[in-house]
Amino acid sequence: MNEYKELTWQGLWENNPALVQLLGLCPLLAVTSTVTNALGLGLATLLVLVGSNVTVSLVRDYVPKEIRIPIFVMVIATFVTMIQLLLKAYLFSLDQALGIFIPLIVTNCAIIGRAEAYASKNPWRQSAFDGVMMGLGFTLVLVLLGAIREVLGNGTLFSGAELLLGDWAQSLSLTLFAVEHPLLVAILPPGAFIVMGFIIAAKNKIDAVRQARAVKPEKTVTRARVTAQ
Amino acid sequence: MKIVESMRKNGAILTLFAVISTLLVLTTARLTEAPIARQQEAHVLRVLNELIPPTQHDNDLFQSCTLVESADFSAPRKVYRAFLADQPQAVALEVVAPNGYSGAIELLVAVAVTGEVLGVRTISHNETPGLGDKIELRKSDWVRSFEGLQVNSEDDPRWAVKRDGGIFDQFTGATITPRAVVQAVKRAALVAQREADNWYQLPANCMEQAP
Repeated sequence: MNEYKELTWQGLWENNPALVQLLGLCPLLAVTSTVTNALGLGLATLLVLVGSNVTVSLVRDYVPKEIRIPIFVMVIATFVTMIQLLLKAYLFSLDQALGIFIPLIVTNCAIIGRAEAYASKNPWRQSAFDGVMMGLGFTLVLVLLGAIREVLGNGTLFSGAELLLGDWAQSLSLTLFAVEHPLLVAILPPGAFIVMGFIIAAKNKIDAVRQARAVKPEKTVTRARVTAQ
Repeated sequence: MKIVESMRKNGAILTLFAVISTLLVLTTARLTEAPIARQQEAHVLRVLNELIPPTQHDNDLFQSCTLVESADFSAPRKVYRAFLADQPQAVALEVVAPNGYSGAIELLVAVAVTGEVLGVRTISHNETPGLGDKIELRKSDWVRSFEGLQVNSEDDPRWAVKRDGGIFDQFTGATITPRAVVQAVKRAALVAQREADNWYQLPANCMEQAP
């Protein structure tokens, strides 16, 4: 059980794909202008991530090292295509709202990153769990970013939730305040970078405080930062 | 010799994966083909029925689609025709405003036989969120300001944004977008007034062309 606990911790916080590994920034910044879009893309990414992690893990003994990357890419592309077709068939308006960003999941580095770093070396159960947790970690950041930007830029929350969840969700849509001149920068791409910067800063601050508490006796605190391409 | 051997083996593995992937994708595509077509139809129908209320037609608008070629269109355009007891009532045509602030804006414009504009909807655009996107009905009811209006002539002074001396509001900070839309709707209304009589006679042929 400890292993799963560790995977949860890694995916949601310690090694969060969006906050620490800084992978998949393109969709992260582009579609998070509302919570609905963020949640939709997050869940689609999660599904692809679990699918690709399980598949990569199951075939890992039969894939020679030299050609593993093309095979991983093929596996991911297959899942993305299938998910886009299913979205078009059953959540048409969400597919319209997310547009190009669904196919772009293929190039979300977080996915091939997990395939390469984890799934290709571990059994399928753990890989599936890793996919779920990394996907959740990614989704949570997306939703947080979407919520902040939507509130600042539109004064609403969950607007268009019915696109994702069906008509009943229309009641979820909140108008917190009516804005005559919205804080435009929040909805535009630069706003995404700025808000993202604050979120990362907040995470680092929390980590620093935690670390300082954990090693009270020591005076010097060294912060380790994990970065990846 | 070793490299040939390894190419053969790896090539075979890659091929195997490619075959399985293709199989999965094609199966999904086959299974979702019908629901996707239904969704697309429902999507267009929803917009069409908003523009041409069900009380004003008794035919299936989606099935009435025809491809029209005209000197005013760069490519054949889809035109949906509404009939009530076989009498022509209105057309809804897809038009493009090529001069939006960031690229083309696709619109659906409904024009009655009388030449009156029944309504306009934005199908797709890339205008600035918060400024130019007020052409979407869910952001603002600006597109409703066309309803019930008529274009009297090629140089009808009312068909412009207020800044240009017309009757349509521009948006704060975004004049280019509404200007482009007003021009496109005006052109659509004029071409419909001139040519719609022929369009009602054309066979419904969009389906044959659909991919």
